[in-house]
Amino acid sequence: MAPSNGLKRVDVIFGAYASTKYLILQKSIRREKQEIIQDIIDSGLRGRGGAGFPTGLKWKFAAAQPGNEKYVICNADEGEPGTFKDREILMKVPQKMISGMAICAYVIGATKAYIYLRGEYQFMVPDLQMELDNFHEQAREMNFDLTIELRMGSGAYVCGEETALIESMEGKRGEPRNKPPFPVVEGFHGKPTVVNNVETFVNANMICRIGVEEFIKLGTQDSRGSKLFSISGDTPKAGVHELELGMKLSDFVAEFGDDDTKAVQVGGAAGFCVPRKKFDSTIIGFEGMPTGGSMMLFNSSRSMYHVLHNYLEFFEEESCGQCTPCRVGCQQLLLGIEAIKRQERPASYLNQLLKLSETMKIASKCGLGQSVANSFSSIVENYVEEMIY
Amino acid sequence: MNQIQPYVRSLADKYGRERECLLPILQEIVATEHVLSQDAMVEVAKELNLSAAEVYGTASFYSFLNTKPHGKYVIRVCKSIVAEMKGKKEIVDKLCDILKIRVGETTPDGRFTLLETNDIGWSDQEPSMLINEKPYTYLTPEKIVQIIAGYQANGKSNNHQQIN
Amino acid sequence: MKKQKINITIDGIKLAVDEQCSILDAAKKVNIHIPTLCHHEDLCVAGNCRICVVEVEGQRALSASCATPVAEGMVIKTNTAKVRKARKDVAALLVAEHNTQCTTCYRSMNCELQEIAAEYNVDNNTYISLVDPNYTIDRSSWSIEKDDSKCIRCQRCVRTCAELQHVNALTVANKGKEMKISTFLDLPLNEVVCTNCGQCINRCPTGALTERRFYDDLWDAIDDPKKHVVMNTAPSVRVALGEMLGYPVGTRVTGKMVTAMKKIGMDSVLDTDFTADLTIIEEGTELLGRLKKILVEGNKEVKLPMLTSCSPGWIKFIEHMYPNHLGHLSTCKSPQQMFGALAKTYYAEKMGIDPADVVSVAIMPCAAKKFEANRPEMNSSGYQDVDAGLTTRELGYMIRQAGVDFLHLEDSDYDSLMGESTGAGAIFGATGGVMEAALRTVYEVVTGREVPFDNLRITPVRGTDGVKEASIKLENLLDEWKFLEGVEVKVAVAHGLKNARIIMDQVEAGTSPYHFIEVMACPGGCIGGGGQPIPTNEEIRKKRIEAIYAEDEGMPKRKSHENTEVQKLYKEWLGEVNGHKAHELLHTHYTKRNRY
Repeated sequence: MAPSNGLKRVDVIFGAYASTKYLILQKSIRREKQEIIQDIIDSGLRGRGGAGFPTGLKWKFAAAQPGNEKYVICNADEGEPGTFKDREILMKVPQKMISGMAICAYVIGATKAYIYLRGEYQFMVPDLQMELDNFHEQAREMNFDLTIELRMGSGAYVCGEETALIESMEGKRGEPRNKPPFPVVEGFHGKPTVVNNVETFVNANMICRIGVEEFIKLGTQDSRGSKLFSISGDTPKAGVHELELGMKLSDFVAEFGDDDTKAVQVGGAAGFCVPRKKFDSTIIGFEGMPTGGSMMLFNSSRSMYHVLHNYLEFFEEESCGQCTPCRVGCQQLLLGIEAIKRQERPASYLNQLLKLSETMKIASKCGLGQSVANSFSSIVENYVEEMIY
Repeated sequence: MNQIQPYVRSLADKYGRERECLLPILQEIVATEHVLSQDAMVEVAKELNLSAAEVYGTASFYSFLNTKPHGKYVIRVCKSIVAEMKGKKEIVDKLCDILKIRVGETTPDGRFTLLETNDIGWSDQEPSMLINEKPYTYLTPEKIVQIIAGYQANGKSNNHQQIN
Repeated sequence: MKKQKINITIDGIKLAVDEQCSILDAAKKVNIHIPTLCHHEDLCVAGNCRICVVEVEGQRALSASCATPVAEGMVIKTNTAKVRKARKDVAALLVAEHNTQCTTCYRSMNCELQEIAAEYNVDNNTYISLVDPNYTIDRSSWSIEKDDSKCIRCQRCVRTCAELQHVNALTVANKGKEMKISTFLDLPLNEVVCTNCGQCINRCPTGALTERRFYDDLWDAIDDPKKHVVMNTAPSVRVALGEMLGYPVGTRVTGKMVTAMKKIGMDSVLDTDFTADLTIIEEGTELLGRLKKILVEGNKEVKLPMLTSCSPGWIKFIEHMYPNHLGHLSTCKSPQQMFGALAKTYYAEKMGIDPADVVSVAIMPCAAKKFEANRPEMNSSGYQDVDAGLTTRELGYMIRQAGVDFLHLEDSDYDSLMGESTGAGAIFGATGGVMEAALRTVYEVVTGREVPFDNLRITPVRGTDGVKEASIKLENLLDEWKFLEGVEVKVAVAHGLKNARIIMDQVEAGTSPYHFIEVMACPGGCIGGGGQPIPTNEEIRKKRIEAIYAEDEGMPKRKSHENTEVQKLYKEWLGEVNGHKAHELLHTHYTKRNRY
């Protein structure tokens, strides 16, 4: 097992300063683009939305694409149940995110960028728009050509998947596309597009401010940097906390649990449920259990059947519905556990459903479809008795 | 029809007539009309040179683009697991009790529609709800009484918002 | 520039294929079959059903072979345990979503899901049925029946309606478990812009979309001794029916079809080709009349280009989409409707039968013909002119039901009156055929000479290009037609409503350079109609087209005006071409419909 990091609180995302003058951007656009890309690659930064793709590579691919019509999109469609860290960034330090977007636009050669904001965050629009107005003014003064537009979602979880998000921005149903081609090659309007999470852009901005060396001091070999965690459920410390990656889950629970933690759902409804007996052997980070930052804690008063039921109801509603494994699979998992509970199907039917969850993981069309069964398999495997009785 | 046509045209003038302008247009119609009516969708289709079915198919994908009429204030109570754990049921019961409607219904005066919705991004402050775009968190049945009274009295009230 | 080849390995076989080639197509090249459901050769890639998944070395997840382009060095396995299990599971999921009433399904034994479920040994009860016990079937349309309980959400129909037809009457609505194939606001099919073309039916892998069936009614009529059942068969039925009855694609079964229908007990088996010839006479004359009015009389009311009007899917399309341009349509009824009007007047009179006892039924390659037969204005005989329009498929089932051993039937000739036809009538079934038939006649009428094409093959209007153009210069004309001397007649042919839109956008913009345009709603023309045997694809349509032209060349007469029964009809009964009686019975008018 990789050595864990212990639990270390950091305060770089909300701490330090957020420049309304966009000083980091000013500094960055005087640097060589390749140099910035190399910094992001060397930093080991990986996407903070959950999938964890190396950010520097994404930027490099997009920068290498021919043509001058390219786009940067900030994925602010924070819809994963139990996730709310982007909300805090958007409300408190939007400058850092905007600055990160602008640096990305600079290095890949885009002059148009978008923030795709979930419909549930409509209330932020006036403040965000004000900050964007400020940004545009600052950009003009720097002679930096970039327009950033806000686009709203309208209540569709799957639009957090980057190609679904692009479809939605194009005015269509938010259905994920076939990949390849990837957005860095054919994205918005068929042009090279970088889609990154809110927090990823903040991190990129941070790397440009503090430099690679400082950044890689945070986290572990495989999980560089800090991470915002959205902590909720049975915890006295619900809220957004910035921690270094690479900690043991047991350290996390010691800090945030209520002394009766039974399970932690890591990564939201599409993530994994870790039972108490595995807290000590679970590392939160890319070497262990990667996460977009949602940590839902459940104490022993909670029924894991009930938890799973809630997740499955969510997925059967929020699956885009286009591919068979996800559309039908989610419904079957839900109907299946209900049928077992009512003793209309034997307990052994759980095995069939576990097989189904495997099929969903390998045969669904998009990353979300491939992860919707994670909670099912991890909860059923660890709490089989709660499913049956 | 006669009123919706110039309105939709003005929206198309404002946002544009490309396919990518469809969602912003539909979003604004819902915000002002509280519904995407058949006539509105037909007019949007005309302006953007789409088929009406395409407009409907796109709108129906998005939970917030309702094609059945909603009240002036749409209450969306978060139904995530954490919300359930923190007492969502009491909140919904209280709302049903005050408004005298069930989830999914609209008050006869057309002021309130009560819905449940998926995670709205306030799991650290459950139970939570949106009234139109405005979030309310750390809800209790007592707070619900005050909040709804505020809307019943005079539209929006700012006193109960819980944003740090 | 030389195209780059990509080297891959499929199931141990090394091969080099073009860039952008999908794994599915690459596998086909080495004769490896991968099951598909949402994939259709005529349509863009969807990658939705996931039945075609394969393993790509180095990847955790499986790849949908239809939607994954090959990459250099890719190693693909199509038949591993992982692949088979996933496919079986996907099939089981679809079965759970599908109303498995296979015993009573119209598409039984011609259902792609049924075939795959059997191949993969899927248990109907693996998963819990998702079929709503209170499901309803939309039977509002005369042409198309929509049964959502059998829908597997592959979206082929939606893509057909959008990509091939540019109609977009069908859409995907809602998401998650509520996701379904819908119309605008889920209105019944008869209330939306559906043209009834039936192309969605041809591409539905299951029985979710089928034609409304009326052959039980036809049996009733056959069984009723008082009724005199007059059948007519459209040109393209004879080159496709065989596919349902054991013959390879592209086999002409004209004589056997006639025999079978007589054996079944139909009182008179006649040929729609007869009224196809009649259409050419009426429509050709109408065209010349329009030209004369414009060129000689300077009449500005007359519309050119004139558009053909034989395809009822096309008619409903233009009524919805271009309602201000209906004046361009020829007023000629379609051959089916001309036939019906004559069956209950001319035919009944000549045969001495009370028209009230005549049951006129058309066997058509078409779904839209059902709607057309039921248009309220189609009653010039004093009765509903056409009692029913049946599809090629329905006839195929009737023949099977009657226990007729089709493969061993003798050939028979059509009955008379209204059974004679020419090759010109026969080629109505292929895209460009109406135009070719019209040119053969019109050219000869004005010049006194045959069209200057080898063996009457007007090749520029043949083939499967979406929009075809041709022009023919009129020189050395007969005296009566001197006003056309030197005119270069420009014509166009469009098939598939996507291409009709191209043509109509020009008409709408006032930039259409043509005098006469043939439009057929379906890709390939009637041979690709919505009532034809399933499956369909480019190769099948091409074979049927070849068979149509072979039918033409096998006919003793190949020009509509040489049809002696048609000549007799005018002489003994109708009077003048385009005359009063002809107008009453053979011409119609059109209805503006809602665009949305």
